[in-house]
Amino acid sequence: MIEVKGLHKSFGDVHILKDISTTFKKGKTSMVIGQSGSGKTVFLKCLLGLFDYEQGSISYDGKIFGQLNADEKRNIRSKIGMVFQGSALFDSMTIAENVMFPLRMFTKQSKSEMEDRVNFVLKRVNLADAHYKMPSEASGGMQKRVAIARAIVNKPKYLFCDEPNSGLDPKTAIVIDNLIQEITEEYNITTVINSHDMNSVMEIGEKIVFLKDGKKAWEGSKETIFKTDNEAVTNFVYSSELFKKVRKMYLEENES
Amino acid sequence: MTYFHNIGAYFIMVKDMFRKPTKWSVMKGLILKDIDDLIIGSFGIVAFISFFVGGVVTIQTALNISNPLIPKYLVGFATRQSVILEFAPTFISIIMAGKVGSFITSSIGTMRVTEQIDALEVMGINAINYLVFPKFIALMLYPFVISIAMFLGILGGMAACIYGGFSTLEDYVTGVQLDFIPFHITYAFIKTIVFAFVLATVPSFYGFFMKGGALEVGKASTTAFVWTSVAIILLNYIITQLLLS
Ligand SMILES: Nc1ncnc2c1ncn2[C@@H]1O[C@H](COP(=O)(O)OP(=O)(O)O)[C@@H](O)[C@H]1O
Ligand SMILES: [Mg+2]
Repeated sequence: MIEVKGLHKSFGDVHILKDISTTFKKGKTSMVIGQSGSGKTVFLKCLLGLFDYEQGSISYDGKIFGQLNADEKRNIRSKIGMVFQGSALFDSMTIAENVMFPLRMFTKQSKSEMEDRVNFVLKRVNLADAHYKMPSEASGGMQKRVAIARAIVNKPKYLFCDEPNSGLDPKTAIVIDNLIQEITEEYNITTVINSHDMNSVMEIGEKIVFLKDGKKAWEGSKETIFKTDNEAVTNFVYSSELFKKVRKMYLEENES
Repeated sequence: MTYFHNIGAYFIMVKDMFRKPTKWSVMKGLILKDIDDLIIGSFGIVAFISFFVGGVVTIQTALNISNPLIPKYLVGFATRQSVILEFAPTFISIIMAGKVGSFITSSIGTMRVTEQIDALEVMGINAINYLVFPKFIALMLYPFVISIAMFLGILGGMAACIYGGFSTLEDYVTGVQLDFIPFHITYAFIKTIVFAFVLATVPSFYGFFMKGGALEVGKASTTAFVWTSVAIILLNYIITQLLLS
């Protein structure tokens, strides 16, 4: 479980994150949604410890990150898997080498143990025969799956994904979303996903945090998001005609 | 103001390069790859330039000696001095600032814009050590490149001398061996090592700390070339003043 309390983050004079508090549970897929520029990536990078913040605390399973010593911090970091918006695969390495990288860096496993684990996770993301391709030879959807494989290869307790399906076609996007959700349940991971894609929110958002201008404007689940009267949320979620209709149908159905 | 800021940030980066080293089993592979990219990959262009510029130095010297009282072997002497003292260590380093420097800046800069550096840092890896240290070690073989440049420069001079009929082989060889001061070689290699350090770190600095996208990678490469050259020229002046005068 990850607990965020009263988080504030500025760049110079620009106040980006304003007093954000929330919790993300184990084995659940939580989503941070909001318009482009609302602070989702900055928030995630604070969770990752890539950015310092002026105020507030973030705790991982009860341990407050800011109060830990360097070794304990490294220990927590080694349990974090991250899927970057652009996949961030190392382009001088093959797909298998990319996935093996965290194992080579952080474990003392033998070559064959590492290879077994890489084969296992690549199969898990449905890429059983792409080992020797270079990232530049893989499609966007494949790169995302490799990035997920790399993020989970060292059995993380926390998984963060920054817009994991941006730039993918709707069908591939759903495959990626479902993959993340299955992995989250299967390995009991605390997963946080940044997204502005309402399809994925409806598909997998067990907990939803809505950011607006760096503030938490609403939180709930994919069930309650239909019923909310919060104007900021409805303006964002139902900006498309399709979702307006879906909402209307949902509400009518539940009334009768 | 930003100059001072950059200079400070540069020295912090140099310090960080030696902190929290990457696992040796991984580092070994990175060093070998950088030796291949930076050193072995430069032999061709360095050999080509050295040979022909050595030849041109000889022709220029020969053509400018019109006084019959000046002995012919002076052509060989002048070629050796200019090749060993300036042309091989300094001129080749400026060429390398373009070739190796832009390669380093653009490859590290691309890793920055595609979040590969963030990915390393999230894993708790010291990205500066991971990326810059192997380049630093690889470029410690740079004196080897410069030795080849010296040899081929003098050889190119000899070829031009004989082919152009400016003096005989014996005269040229006599000139090359004339009044040889071993300290000049020491001086040249001290410069080379300093330039190697600049070539490894200044372009890395501009790649590592760049902001923006693909367009900025190109701009960073250009800026890196300019400042690497400026650093080499200034250090050349300082070292020469300190060691030779
Ligand atoms: N490294 C940075 N330095 C300064 N400002 C930043 C930085 N990163 C993000 N910002 C600013 O923070 C705001 C939120 O950005 P971001 O979190 O990337 O939004 P998004 O919700 O689209 O992910 C933006 O106004 C952006 O300009
Ligand atoms: Mg973002």
